[in-house]
Amino acid sequence: MRMTRVRRVLLGAMLGGSLAAAGCDGGATAGASGTGGERAATAGAASGAATGATPVRFADYDGGAVPGGPGAGRHYGIGIRATAAAITKMDRDIGPDGAELPAGTGSVAEGGALYKAQCAMCHGVNGEGMAPAFPRLSGRDPAAEGFKFASDPKLPHTIGNYWSHATTLFDYIRRAMPHVAPGSLTDDQVYALTAYLLAKDDVIAKDATLDAAALRAVKMPYADRFVPDDRRPNAPK
Amino acid sequence: MAKRIEDTELTRRDLLAGAVGAVGGAMLAGLPATLGGQQGAAAPSGAPARPTVPADATKLQGGATTPLGARSAFEAPSRAPYGETTGSSLTPLQDLAGNITPSDLHFERHHAGIPALDPERHTLTIHGLVDRPLSFSLDDLKRFPQVVRPYFIECSGNGRGAFRDPKPDLTAQKVAGMLSTSEWTGVPLATLFREAGVKPKAKWFLAEGGDACLMTRSVPIEKAWDDAIIVWAQNGEALRPAQGYPMRLLLPGWEGNINVKWLRRIELGTQPWMTRWETSKYTDPLPNGTARQFTFELDAKSIITSPSHPDTIGERGWHAVNGIAWSGRGRVTRVEVSVDGGRSWANAELLGESSPKSTVRFQYMWDWKGGEAVLLSRATDEAGFTQPTRTALIAERGLGTDYHFNQVVGWKVERSGKVLFHGET
Repeated sequence: MRMTRVRRVLLGAMLGGSLAAAGCDGGATAGASGTGGERAATAGAASGAATGATPVRFADYDGGAVPGGPGAGRHYGIGIRATAAAITKMDRDIGPDGAELPAGTGSVAEGGALYKAQCAMCHGVNGEGMAPAFPRLSGRDPAAEGFKFASDPKLPHTIGNYWSHATTLFDYIRRAMPHVAPGSLTDDQVYALTAYLLAKDDVIAKDATLDAAALRAVKMPYADRFVPDDRRPNAPK
Repeated sequence: MAKRIEDTELTRRDLLAGAVGAVGGAMLAGLPATLGGQQGAAAPSGAPARPTVPADATKLQGGATTPLGARSAFEAPSRAPYGETTGSSLTPLQDLAGNITPSDLHFERHHAGIPALDPERHTLTIHGLVDRPLSFSLDDLKRFPQVVRPYFIECSGNGRGAFRDPKPDLTAQKVAGMLSTSEWTGVPLATLFREAGVKPKAKWFLAEGGDACLMTRSVPIEKAWDDAIIVWAQNGEALRPAQGYPMRLLLPGWEGNINVKWLRRIELGTQPWMTRWETSKYTDPLPNGTARQFTFELDAKSIITSPSHPDTIGERGWHAVNGIAWSGRGRVTRVEVSVDGGRSWANAELLGESSPKSTVRFQYMWDWKGGEAVLLSRATDEAGFTQPTRTALIAERGLGTDYHFNQVVGWKVERSGKVLFHGET
């Protein structure tokens, strides 16, 4: 899958130089067990602190970096343990593989009724939106086939034209919608609205019903168009 | 080139009525009633009256001390537009003279309004791929070692209007006002990550805000080991609500949206979450039918803020041409100015040391002979990036691309001295 490759490239590019840094954090543990390494790290960090210069990179700025601190690789012991219950209450993200999708189900038809009642006042009866605050949601333009958004500023970034992951739609509706009562929809309702909006843009069938497994299987039309950042310096002529 | 009060929407009546609250009202409230209450001299119809001051201020006692300072009644910088819950307001760059943006003029961009948060009830929870999931109160964060650093924040959509439709009546505020610089105080995210014990498998983290859209963005973990900070103070005092009170994520040099405000949760994971804000928004379509994703760094950029529209240059002779330059990739190493529309360029002076991922002011002395001129500025950063012309940027990214507009812009000076935006470079 294209996105997987993109992700791998991104990770390679961004984290290549950072594995050492991650190791440095690992070093927070490793350093604590090896006294020699700890001493060296403390000396290095302390010299930065003694000159009044916080290191540019915080990878080198740990418990040993500040005068009076607990020492390299040691913790301050500040903060309280977050309970599993507290985390579960807040952690409602749905990632691209849909692993966290909740139980529940909703049909295109149920979603259509909900949309009319709770969404149409801002996003329009046909998902046409209300500029500039409420974006257009729906529409599959033939011009989107070439993904020519860069050359055509008027080509709308609708769900069917542009969105790369169906899970994003579920996640965002559940966390942020509707505008007047964010986070008030049940999981069944979120499945139904997701189904309605995907069917409206011909991504799934008009009589479809979505649950976790069905949503995980949805592939967005242009998911393979996203590429990693490859900007390069451009010297003046 | 100085800004005049006539340039603003504020009127004497607004000031007296207290419609602008602390700006004009408090200032006038400090004056003796007889002075504060006087009407200004009759102004030509349509033009607001100037504030009234004594003919000789050395002949009577001045105003009293006040709990909060206020600007001179002659100065009325204003963010605009304003008043939208899912909107933005812009820093009046043309009214500023340093690197630091006064906190009440920092640009705003929010997607579900500004939440009202009680600092005693707000916490930041770090969980996911960590040894010890932890929650920190604001007081907890203040017990850690602090860092104090100047950084700009720029919305990656800054300048979209000037890029797509460079109309002559655009002001510096409208062209580039979604850029502000502050001195930030906070705790390195790396410190908190060590406290929680990040597992080696963690490669990305999700930052979530406590606003009504629970704003979420995915960040490569490398940024935490580099220079990410959880900040609680801005320009020496608590964050303004619009900037994330009581705490926000600050990722120096990276696009504004990812500096998640009202930060309440950080989850560590193995891959990006593909949130709405990093898929359907904040991606950069390219002419070859693809779109760049995770384009975090803001490119080298600059703008001349004086002169700028709607100034009129009154006199021939020497004028300081000055403005600001910045780059999300490090220090600005060079700013060039052209007074002939880009045919020739000369190095401008950088005022003070260029600080990484912050703004630096530049100036160039210009002897105006009274002819037509086009003033441009062009910044280069230590990563080797230089601002492209608009033509070059369109060729590379297309007119419909959505973010990261850093084309060369400037001002056309007419023979009359009238200054107009010049965006077609």
